[in-house]
Amino acid sequence: MTKARRRERKRKSQTKARKRKASVTLRGSQCRSLRQRDTRYVNSMAQVTATAIPQNNPTPAPRNSIVRRGLDVLTIPALSILTAFIVSGFVIAFTSPEVLKLLPQFWQHPLKLLTTMHETVTTAYAALLQGAFGDWGAIWQGLESWLATGNATDLLRALRDPFESLVGATPYIFTGLAVAVGFKGGLFNIGVEGQLFAGAVASAWVGFSIEGLPWFIHLPLALGAGIAAGAVWAGIAGLLKATRGVNEVINTIMLNYIMFLFTDWLLSDGGPLRGNAGAPRTPEIYPSAYLPRLLPDPVRFHWGFFLAIGAVFFVYWLLWKTTVGFEIRTVGASPTAAKYAGIAVGKVFVMAMGLSGGLAGLAGANELLGLNHYMVAAFSPGYGFDAIALALLGKSNPFGVLAAALLFGALRNGATRMQSIATVPIDIISVMQALIIAFIAAPEIVRWLFRLRTPAQQEHEVFARGWGA
Amino acid sequence: MFGMVATAAARKASDVAQQRRWLVGGMLVVIGLLCLWFFAMQVPADVISKYRFSGGGDPVQLPVIELPTRLTNFILALALIAFGAFHITRGVAHSGALFGVSASLLLAIFLTWSIRGASLNLTGLLESTLIRSIPFLLGALSGIMCERSGIINIAIEGMMLTAAFVSVIVGALTGNLWIALVAGLLSGALIAGAHAVLSIRFKVDQIISGTVINIFAAGLTNFLNLRWLTVNQELNNSGTFAKLPIPFLSDIPVLGTILFNQIILVYIALGLMFAVNFLLFSTRWGLRTRAVGEHPKAADTLGVNVFKIRYANVIFAGMLAALGGAFLTLGSVGRFDKLMTNGRGFIALAAMIFGNWNPFGSFGASLLFGFMDSLQLKLQILTSVIPSEFLLMAPYLATIIVLAGVVGRVRPPAAEGIPYEKQ
Amino acid sequence: MAPILELRGITKRFPGVLANDHIDLTLNQGEIHALLGENGAGKSTLMNVLYGLYRPDEGEILIRDKIAHIAGPRDAIAQGIGMVHQHFMLIPVFTVTENVMLGDESIVNGVVLDRKKVAREIRDLSVKYGLEVNPDSYIKDLSVGIQQRVEIIKLLYRKADILILDEPTAVLTPQEADDLFQVLRNLKARGNSIIFITHKLREVLELADRITVLRLGKVVGSADPQNTNSAELARMMVGRSVILSVDKEPAQPQAVTLDVKNLVVLDERHNVAVNDVSFQVRAGEVLGIAGVQGNGQTELARALTGLRHIESGSVSILGEDTTHATPRKISELRVAHVPEDRQADGLVLGFPVEDNLVLNEYYRPPFAKGLVMQREVIEKAAEERVQEFDVRTPSIFVNVSSLSGGNQQKVIVAREFSRDIKLLIASQPTRGLDVGSIEYIHKRIIEKRDAGTAVLLVSNELDEIMSLSDRIAVMFKGQIIDTVNADETTKEALGLLMAGMRDESAPPRAQTEIPDKSA
Repeated sequence: MTKARRRERKRKSQTKARKRKASVTLRGSQCRSLRQRDTRYVNSMAQVTATAIPQNNPTPAPRNSIVRRGLDVLTIPALSILTAFIVSGFVIAFTSPEVLKLLPQFWQHPLKLLTTMHETVTTAYAALLQGAFGDWGAIWQGLESWLATGNATDLLRALRDPFESLVGATPYIFTGLAVAVGFKGGLFNIGVEGQLFAGAVASAWVGFSIEGLPWFIHLPLALGAGIAAGAVWAGIAGLLKATRGVNEVINTIMLNYIMFLFTDWLLSDGGPLRGNAGAPRTPEIYPSAYLPRLLPDPVRFHWGFFLAIGAVFFVYWLLWKTTVGFEIRTVGASPTAAKYAGIAVGKVFVMAMGLSGGLAGLAGANELLGLNHYMVAAFSPGYGFDAIALALLGKSNPFGVLAAALLFGALRNGATRMQSIATVPIDIISVMQALIIAFIAAPEIVRWLFRLRTPAQQEHEVFARGWGA
Repeated sequence: MFGMVATAAARKASDVAQQRRWLVGGMLVVIGLLCLWFFAMQVPADVISKYRFSGGGDPVQLPVIELPTRLTNFILALALIAFGAFHITRGVAHSGALFGVSASLLLAIFLTWSIRGASLNLTGLLESTLIRSIPFLLGALSGIMCERSGIINIAIEGMMLTAAFVSVIVGALTGNLWIALVAGLLSGALIAGAHAVLSIRFKVDQIISGTVINIFAAGLTNFLNLRWLTVNQELNNSGTFAKLPIPFLSDIPVLGTILFNQIILVYIALGLMFAVNFLLFSTRWGLRTRAVGEHPKAADTLGVNVFKIRYANVIFAGMLAALGGAFLTLGSVGRFDKLMTNGRGFIALAAMIFGNWNPFGSFGASLLFGFMDSLQLKLQILTSVIPSEFLLMAPYLATIIVLAGVVGRVRPPAAEGIPYEKQ
Repeated sequence: MAPILELRGITKRFPGVLANDHIDLTLNQGEIHALLGENGAGKSTLMNVLYGLYRPDEGEILIRDKIAHIAGPRDAIAQGIGMVHQHFMLIPVFTVTENVMLGDESIVNGVVLDRKKVAREIRDLSVKYGLEVNPDSYIKDLSVGIQQRVEIIKLLYRKADILILDEPTAVLTPQEADDLFQVLRNLKARGNSIIFITHKLREVLELADRITVLRLGKVVGSADPQNTNSAELARMMVGRSVILSVDKEPAQPQAVTLDVKNLVVLDERHNVAVNDVSFQVRAGEVLGIAGVQGNGQTELARALTGLRHIESGSVSILGEDTTHATPRKISELRVAHVPEDRQADGLVLGFPVEDNLVLNEYYRPPFAKGLVMQREVIEKAAEERVQEFDVRTPSIFVNVSSLSGGNQQKVIVAREFSRDIKLLIASQPTRGLDVGSIEYIHKRIIEKRDAGTAVLLVSNELDEIMSLSDRIAVMFKGQIIDTVNADETTKEALGLLMAGMRDESAPPRAQTEIPDKSA
């Protein structure tokens, strides 16, 4: 086929794609037929390039089929979340004491069992949603009373929940970015939790040990200390990979435990960072190192959130607009080709790991300087581990991570409410997360459940090929 | 001409070996000198370290050995220096022996120093070492079975946790420890089955799949623990296996107490170590397992069913880890606590790597880590300048050092982590 | 006599590719049947279908006049089919015995592997067929030639009588290949039937009883080695008469561009791969490095481009010492490198064509200003390069993995040749490509030479070396055994050199055995 004809075809398909975009709605059947057409298009394109070399799967993904790509990118995550919710719903229902009591009498009162189950799940999820997104009626009333009386107490109380979701999302954004940067560089950083601890400890130390600085020096200093500590801690694993070829997964796991024990020691009786409070915690940091809050109590929303948004844009810019990012992505996609292209692969490993750890450290610093203001042993509910789910859910794209983090922040916050109202333990969130990761990582399950077509190109990322030594 | 090629290659190889010998041997000498200075010279001459071998209630009371701390450590440190020098000049061929001797000497020095002016029941310490090493051993065996077939297993922790939980609940409900154990094993098999399906059928990255299992297990056990056990405390009491002294053997002083007066799960675990070794290296199943872990395509072209072998091994691995988890509940405390495995699955992973994917080597590593674990408990009572947290770090640090290739090299199965694609 | 094996209408499709198109093939008892075809003609696919590794989309297989259902290797083995794959299916950390018994183990006492019995059987087979090998050696310690013996023993241990050998000579020296042919004739004499896959005409004419030629997944003809010749077979294989010689003027060598002195390089296993090699390449000439695969050429090319550590000796490019320079430094001296493994080294398969087209220059102006990459400049340059080098791609935004092998190689050539280069190091630049792409790339290489670039060409294909080079250096066991002028030598003379024989008068060296460490 000549070049001119190829161009022609490309132009036509672009118009086609635009037309489709205009008429598309998210209904299953239409979605499917659309996919079919697209597949045909892809196949016809494939013939252009096809030759008799069987190991090449000719499946071009032209940039012009935005609709198809958009759908693909969103369908699997959305359905994964939905499925995780459904499965978790069953878990909630079948572990509920009321349901279990009714289970033996199923044949006498089948309906009663079903309604109880339904009630259990809806109560739980209603509480979850309200906790996550706030009670908008209460916010409206609060607003009215504030306008009428000038008393903002009710409004602030009603606003606490939605803002708390953002507060909860903030560390997720950082840690999710940390894992995502690693993924892009072909590195699996399981040590985000440990790096987060390192960052928190370092920023706490800077926060309470230096007195009398103005905030515009003290705060950046404390944040910088957090970033540096996380970067160094992760950098060890990067350095070992670069110089000794050791798989970073095992080392970051080990470094996690070393950091937890190290923190325990720092905070233990007689430990160097132990405060006077009689509990294993550091002294409180000086207010000059606080990340300032935006609204009065009880809303805890602070500037850390905007820092996180800034980090999203920064990581996006770095990865896709700069040579550094190009090098990280090249090393991640093919270390051998990167070496051939003159990229110092070892340096990139250390750099990517350091960047990842720095973001993780920033997560720790953010939590400490924005919320806790002192370091305790059980500092994080596992932000670093949840981050793996976030990075996968966001397909390692900074904006995808942002969306996933907002969702997880809302969920975790909502789950707190669910625990208090519906007595459903908050840990159901972890179950959901595990399911979401599983579904995202094995999209075939979701495709099978929802009878979706399989795309021509399978996406299987393999990060770890043995432990290496 | 060919002679030259051969000698050049040989020279290169011997250069590398020589370098490493100097590095490791030199390190030993330096450490020995440091020990000499700190653990011997810094101790006053009249201080005594007492080793006891019998507990207060034992029928046979063995004599207490009283050692002058300074002199003992002086001798031990010299031995360490000599050993290092020997390695530089002659070379210790077996890396296990090299590591074993130097680690033992170091531990002896440290222990003697730690109990200066006090006494320590060595039998008790060793007994608790063995007991604490059992979950590591079982976890490591789980890792070995799984990874020898080419599937990475970082889900040992999750498998153990699940089994610990399930066995407690079933034990409490049925009142029968054996049923509880079987239920625990089944739960381990089930959750390993999920790992297998994700990583074999759906070709999910095995690290991610393992992480899913760990997060899921932690989430679900926490969830159910809060939902069921905290409100129904009677559900959280399974009872424990009683000690099962082996007639005659258990009467041997010291050794009998350590080895032959344990609960049945300890015997089973030690038996499994031999069984796994036999299975891997002397049977058809083992040959195929290792083949699949090294070069699945080669095995496939000879008609070996790669998927079947991998499924079976992962599920068996799940049961081994589950036994380790059940040991933590049925074999010791009889109740479940939130996240009670507390990183043991990862220490087991470290023991597996440390032992170079071999059952006996991993047991050695498990014993070492178990020793550290029991030692830190003892030292909390004694006065020690070394905080217990640092002793607990030992397994993790050791793994990093071993993987970095400072003390000999380990070699994971070649096909590990790569999903097998059949055309 | 009825054929022992018959394939009828075998069709195998891969996404977008028809790898086998209604192929018919018969194999008679006790014959050696050569399956000839270019790379990608569908030979290996067909044999993988026969061995049960692929499922055919259409067609049937008859063995001894009965329809055979071969769903996997196990069925194939049960039918007496055995296959030696192009890439050996041996487990390096296993012994010969373990490799041979795998899948068909001898057992004593119910469960225990009977290694002794199998070792005895291996010794018996060794003696019977002249396949000497120590059953207790580990595969990783054996030379390639001996590993191939183990592969054949694996088949014989399973009592296979239909043997398939996929490109068995690719990794052998001519001498080793002759030994192999002797073994195959021996096997034939004992009643075994053999399918021999190759793209080398000489072997076919020497060994085969019957020849079937495949092209683009179809049978295009068959021939009797008695009544055919290379030219005819080549025409059938390629589909038109092939003039593999390239039109070129005599070289005008100028100043020395690449100067290599006493180079020593180790391979992955720390064995000496390049042993005391010295040579020079001048501007405006092509120096070809000939040799059987695995004689140090790969390591040489990688060492010169900074991808492998150099143990001793020196390399200088344009007078500048680059012995321990990084790949980046060497590239900036205006050295282009077409790597041997294009998919692993030359391309980032998951990246779009445009990024792959600037992989060596992404970091400097005009493609980057400081840290920031200039997307528009990159896209414009990529479009131009795609045009100029005739890369067939739907757009510069598709992943390079979706292009055919020939177009992938053109992407590399486009990238490497788009600069003003002083030295070109091309490793196997046309391996696995169709004839059209080969001719195109050859033309481009000669253009560069005529423009004053020094060219170092490393290739296992003697034809390629002969047609492109001005001088030819032959590598054997890590050393350059001789350097000759291209127009003063013959294929035969080069073949002898590749086997380690300097000339007729010199006494032949014992060159076939790489010392077997464990034996």
